[in-house]
Amino acid sequence: MSTFLPRLYLGLVGLFLSLPLIVVAGVSVNEKQTLAFPPQGFSLAWYGQIFTNSEWRNALLASVTLATVSAALALLIALPLTWFLWRRHAPWANIFQLLGIAPFTLPPVITALGMLTFWATTGFYGQPWTAAISHAIFFVTLPLVTLSLGFSSIDRSLVEAAATMGADDRTVFRTIVLPLILPYLVSGYAFAFVLSLNEYIVAYMTVGFTMETLPIKIFNALRYGYTPTMASVTILFVALAAVIFSLVARFGDLPKLLGAMANSEK
Amino acid sequence: MRREAPQKFADYGPLFFPAAMLTVFFVIPFATMIAVSFFKRDPAGFYSTAFVFDNYARFLSLFFGKVLGFSLFLAIAVAICCVLIAVPFTYLLSRAPRRTQVVWLVALLSVLSLSEVIIGFAWSTLFSRTAGITNLFVSIGLMSEAVALNPSFGAVLTAMVYQALPYTVLVLYPALVRLDPTLTEAARTLGASPLKSFFTVVIPALRNTIVATLIMVFIFALGSYLLPQILGRPQHWTLSVLITDQAIYQSNMPFAAAMAVFLVLVTLGLVGLTVYAGRKGEAA
Amino acid sequence: MSGLALQNVTKEFGSFTAVKNVDLAVPHGTFVCLLGPSGCGKTTLMRMIAGLDLPTGGAIRLDGADITRVPTHKRDLGMVFQSLALFPHLTVGENIAYSLRIRGVAKEDQVKRVNELLAMIHLSGYADRPVSKLSGGQRQRVAIARALAISPKLFLLDEPLSALDAKLREAMQVELRQLQQRLGITTIVVTHDQREAMTMADTVVVMNSGEIRQAAPPVEIYRRPADTFVADFIGMTNLIDFAAEGAGRASVLGTSVEGLAIPEGLGQGVLSVRPEDVHLTAPGHGAITGKVTFVRDLGGTIETFLEAGGKQVVAVSMPNARPDVSVGQEVGIRLSPDACVVLKS
Repeated sequence: MSTFLPRLYLGLVGLFLSLPLIVVAGVSVNEKQTLAFPPQGFSLAWYGQIFTNSEWRNALLASVTLATVSAALALLIALPLTWFLWRRHAPWANIFQLLGIAPFTLPPVITALGMLTFWATTGFYGQPWTAAISHAIFFVTLPLVTLSLGFSSIDRSLVEAAATMGADDRTVFRTIVLPLILPYLVSGYAFAFVLSLNEYIVAYMTVGFTMETLPIKIFNALRYGYTPTMASVTILFVALAAVIFSLVARFGDLPKLLGAMANSEK
Repeated sequence: MRREAPQKFADYGPLFFPAAMLTVFFVIPFATMIAVSFFKRDPAGFYSTAFVFDNYARFLSLFFGKVLGFSLFLAIAVAICCVLIAVPFTYLLSRAPRRTQVVWLVALLSVLSLSEVIIGFAWSTLFSRTAGITNLFVSIGLMSEAVALNPSFGAVLTAMVYQALPYTVLVLYPALVRLDPTLTEAARTLGASPLKSFFTVVIPALRNTIVATLIMVFIFALGSYLLPQILGRPQHWTLSVLITDQAIYQSNMPFAAAMAVFLVLVTLGLVGLTVYAGRKGEAA
Repeated sequence: MSGLALQNVTKEFGSFTAVKNVDLAVPHGTFVCLLGPSGCGKTTLMRMIAGLDLPTGGAIRLDGADITRVPTHKRDLGMVFQSLALFPHLTVGENIAYSLRIRGVAKEDQVKRVNELLAMIHLSGYADRPVSKLSGGQRQRVAIARALAISPKLFLLDEPLSALDAKLREAMQVELRQLQQRLGITTIVVTHDQREAMTMADTVVVMNSGEIRQAAPPVEIYRRPADTFVADFIGMTNLIDFAAEGAGRASVLGTSVEGLAIPEGLGQGVLSVRPEDVHLTAPGHGAITGKVTFVRDLGGTIETFLEAGGKQVVAVSMPNARPDVSVGQEVGIRLSPDACVVLKS
């Protein structure tokens, strides 16, 4: 009795979270181009479509490229910033931390519109690289948070020990700090990558008319009716996210990354 | 290692690139948007430079008032539903074995990262006549005929709760994990049942966290822009939808910018409130 | 001069002075313990020697050269941290080889030196283990070996044994002292444990409130404390007020005592008398009168607590000289005059 009710409750929430995905998974294996559940027949052809149909393939390629580049750029912004804030005592520099977190806290449409007005004003509106920069700024929060957490978990006496053993600042960074921060670097990249892959509005407002990322492609297709490829792409994305987050959990400490610290820093 | 203030100019080196990127590509765009909100619409291009309050004056219309009212109402409804579901859920999750927690966290992150487009599509399928949940009800004899459940307010609300629930859980998670388990144990030794100790010890101990979470989920829900379009009727459109619509389809960037600035002010006010609630929580 | 010299070293954090005008000479090859209560400035002083903190005044010299402003990584030190600070991402061998690796020592020479050091700390064959798989005592040894890898000019240890349990700590103290004597390396240890300091050091430096109160060999610190703080901090002592009556006589606890080495012109002060120098006799005959309040029999020693002239006095005796007293009994107290240290109050 005392474990049945909690399990039932967890199960119901789990059902709520998985129900739409189960239906979409079912729909994605329909044999014909119909929206039917339970599926009629069984076919994995719609998964093949993602890679064989040039429109879907291009969209996938665009999304993956965008996510790869923007997540890398986000890391390039977050790593030196968090390192500086950890290494130096400069309270005023926290303003940049705040600036990095703001785009993610505000409703996304605001960042999207800010980017749109900016790129329109500067005359670069529609260039593919503007989406990469926009996403990097939009998602810089994620590596900022994971890296701050990572740095705060490094015992500062390790750096002092390395210095007493003859290592200068650069050597310390290369031989001590970087190896210890690596798991946080990877998870920060993973978070930014997955979210960029799925992001719609910032991409739409910056390059929506010149380039189709997968979410844009799904939305555009949705307006003209239904194609089962949407369903297979959806399942592909869920699976991809699950795999990436599982890897993060496998090689890092997911509960800790999400704020469950054994010894709170505060 | 003592953190020393930067001594030489070179010590600031690591700051240059991040500071430049954030300033050029966040501060300046933001400022541009504020500037544009005072500009005039130019049907031929994006806008023409001016300094007018017209865009803000349009807020005073009945239509805008309705949209704003509905946006706030929807976001509040989503926030309340999410917190009601998420608090017991997160509490149970935080008491589960570590491996179970990790599996759940991976699942929650996967759902959280899903594109709004995908969530909208998934729910529109689930609510559809041909492939939807009603088919299931028909097959077990609850209903005689499958029906479409969208577009409707219920569909928008359900999908938005779905979207915001993982976020709510992840916001609550740190506070609940750190909650001293001996608190409830103490309540149990004093004679409270598990349910009673949850309501008399856990909930009061988390009061400020819950308030802060409500506000954060409210802001999160305020940002939803596709679900009302995919699953609702035009009267279910929110401010976010309207901003997108004005900026892209009506080519009225100045008005969109003015609405965005307004939305920022609402959000900042709420963030301030969250910080205040958090401070009070720490002091208590 | 060969060795380490601190000249007028001062460290201020804002308005707080952590270390005040410290002068200290540590000749080459000696073992010095910085001893004091927490917050006395001993760790700050060591951090300045290591270059981890910069002094706000004074100079630090090593073998005659001024190293006050030399960055830590150029000082050729070996240091063991309180947390040990073993690099968690490196193996035992990689930890020990770290200072050799970053100096560009050839790979085979690194391996040779690591094996030498592992043999020295009795951990041969542990090179490829991750440091997380070691016991507390083993981690301790690895930290020591790592600090000694380059044969540093100066070996610094900050509360190195505080994480170990009492038994292991005592054994490590002896081991550390023997190691230091074998290598002849100039060594400075920060500790708050006086037993540790007495066990290992050539010179014990007692610090309080950022100042050196006494720097002397352990026995002298115990036998001839420089002031009441040192007398009280090191071991157990009785601090008893006296009023001089001239010619080595003084009134102590209401009784006149003879043969004290009271300097000329000192009217009143404090006597520091170790409990083992307090002897119990029959009352009267010029002895101080006291009353037994409590007897603590610790097996190895017996402590008798007395009340005399409104003050508490403790006497320690060995079991073979067990005093025949019980609580409430009136006894005579005699202090050996040559064991009484006369201090200013």
